Amino acid sequence: MRLSPQLTQRFAWVVTWVAGVSTVLILLVVVGYVVARGIAVIDLEFLVTAPEGGLTAEGGISTAIVSTIYLVGTTLIVLIPLGIGAAIYLAEYAPDNWLTRLIRYGIELLAGVPSIVFGLFGFIIFVSILGFGFSILAGALTLVCLLLPFIIRASEEAMRMVPQSYREAALSLGATRWQSIRHVLLPAALPGIVTGIILCIGRSVAESAPLFVTMGGSHLMPTSLLDQGRPLSLHVFYIAMETTAFDVAMATAIVLIVIILAINGITNWLSRRFQAKMRGEGA
Amino acid sequence: MSRYFIDRASKSVVLICAVTSFLVLLLIVTFIAKEAMPAFREVGLGQFLFGGEWRPVDGQFGILTMIVGSVCVTIGSLLLAVPLAVACAIFLAEVAPHRLREICRPMVELLVGIPSVVYGLVGMAVLVPLIRELGGTGFSLLAAIIVLTAMVLPTIICISEDSIRSVPIQYKEAALALGATRWQTIWHVLLPAARSGIIAAAVLGMGRAVGETMAMIMVIGNSPIFPSSLLDSVRTLTGNIAVEIAYATGVHENALFATGVVLFVFIIVLSSIAFIARRKEITR
Repeated sequence: MRLSPQLTQRFAWVVTWVAGVSTVLILLVVVGYVVARGIAVIDLEFLVTAPEGGLTAEGGISTAIVSTIYLVGTTLIVLIPLGIGAAIYLAEYAPDNWLTRLIRYGIELLAGVPSIVFGLFGFIIFVSILGFGFSILAGALTLVCLLLPFIIRASEEAMRMVPQSYREAALSLGATRWQSIRHVLLPAALPGIVTGIILCIGRSVAESAPLFVTMGGSHLMPTSLLDQGRPLSLHVFYIAMETTAFDVAMATAIVLIVIILAINGITNWLSRRFQAKMRGEGA
Repeated sequence: MSRYFIDRASKSVVLICAVTSFLVLLLIVTFIAKEAMPAFREVGLGQFLFGGEWRPVDGQFGILTMIVGSVCVTIGSLLLAVPLAVACAIFLAEVAPHRLREICRPMVELLVGIPSVVYGLVGMAVLVPLIRELGGTGFSLLAAIIVLTAMVLPTIICISEDSIRSVPIQYKEAALALGATRWQTIWHVLLPAARSGIIAAAVLGMGRAVGETMAMIMVIGNSPIFPSSLLDSVRTLTGNIAVEIAYATGVHENALFATGVVLFVFIIVLSSIAFIARRKEITR
């Protein structure tokens, strides 16, 4: 029996509608379940009290929030100069020789390495050899290694999109190479670079495996970068695995999801502004 | 400081940054290989890769059970995720009304960023008790496959949809002008044209599936055994590393680094296959 094209199309349309709607629904159910189960636990006290450990996970998540802030802050302080510097080199200075190709290939390869392997690396170098011990610093440096390829890619792309005429105009006005980069190129590429940075923040908040093996698991409030820390993502993990209080885990997950939502929203808004600016609209 | 000095200095500074990035990769390979060597030397490569017993207490370090675990979980989730994701991508790109897409696409993009521990958490809270009804403890291969499918779906959907959307509109219009139905256009023109992007999406999904650690630990049971059914507990390569690294010493620790080496090689092989496949697509 040969189906007519129209009948096949009918059938295919039904299938794709079902696939599309059910997929989005299933994924929403994941978020919805977390919110439904955890929302009751969230209040201001939850956010500012420290967790007390124990089988029922009393207390709040203040130390996890602080750990996360320390972690992301430290990561960014190292990541941004290193990543943008490398991107500037690749976009502006790099000659088309074997060394450049090798560097590019290395960065591409780095992007594909599983996160737990970065954890192993961080464990052996930052925790053991360099002697930082299980600490926020070790976790942050591990994250830097993990995120480098992404910020380099995003920054380089942003710089490549700046019209050549900008560079030529700066140079023709007598600026040195570096002056044209610092005062013309970077400001022009800034929205794209900032989008990349914010995406890296999102990934730092969401990562768990490499931090699991480098940060220690202590739920106490960290007072220095060499203290152990427990970021929000790992807090969810520990509560789920070590206590019976799934509701608290769900509540922590809600905080995580809200942060990711905010980051996504900011990224979208920024990239819309970037595109409008490139098209010549707006200030 | 003269501006010419700054100019020359800045060139060196950014070069150092670029080289540092490459250095990171070099250091990772070097140190992980170095830590793994004692294990390979003592256990032997063949016994390590193909040995079916992982019992550090007795000095047994065979990771075959974990390789099987990782492979099963990855293949299982990709088998489920890729068709569903492509169908959903077709839906978003071609079938859905404009307003619906405007709502759905940002939702899917949000889901790409949801931390894996959240998926693991829902898996633990919802899936595991459900699967327990079917038999076993609930912490099973099945739970892991379902969780991993949910995790890679958004990524594959977004990239596939972008691919389908970026097919030049002339292809679509030409097909329709020749009298094809919309579905015929999608199936015979758009999908083949978007094939390399969809393959790239699948490869990215596969990379994420192979590398997933925490969510797997939460639902898979972590028993280093060969699975005989979907309801069995197994352990992945990644889970093996994360679960034991904290207290492993001596050869045990080396063996965990060796597991990392295997993972690394696995990913490189996968990426190379994908790279070659994409090159072949482009030259077609």
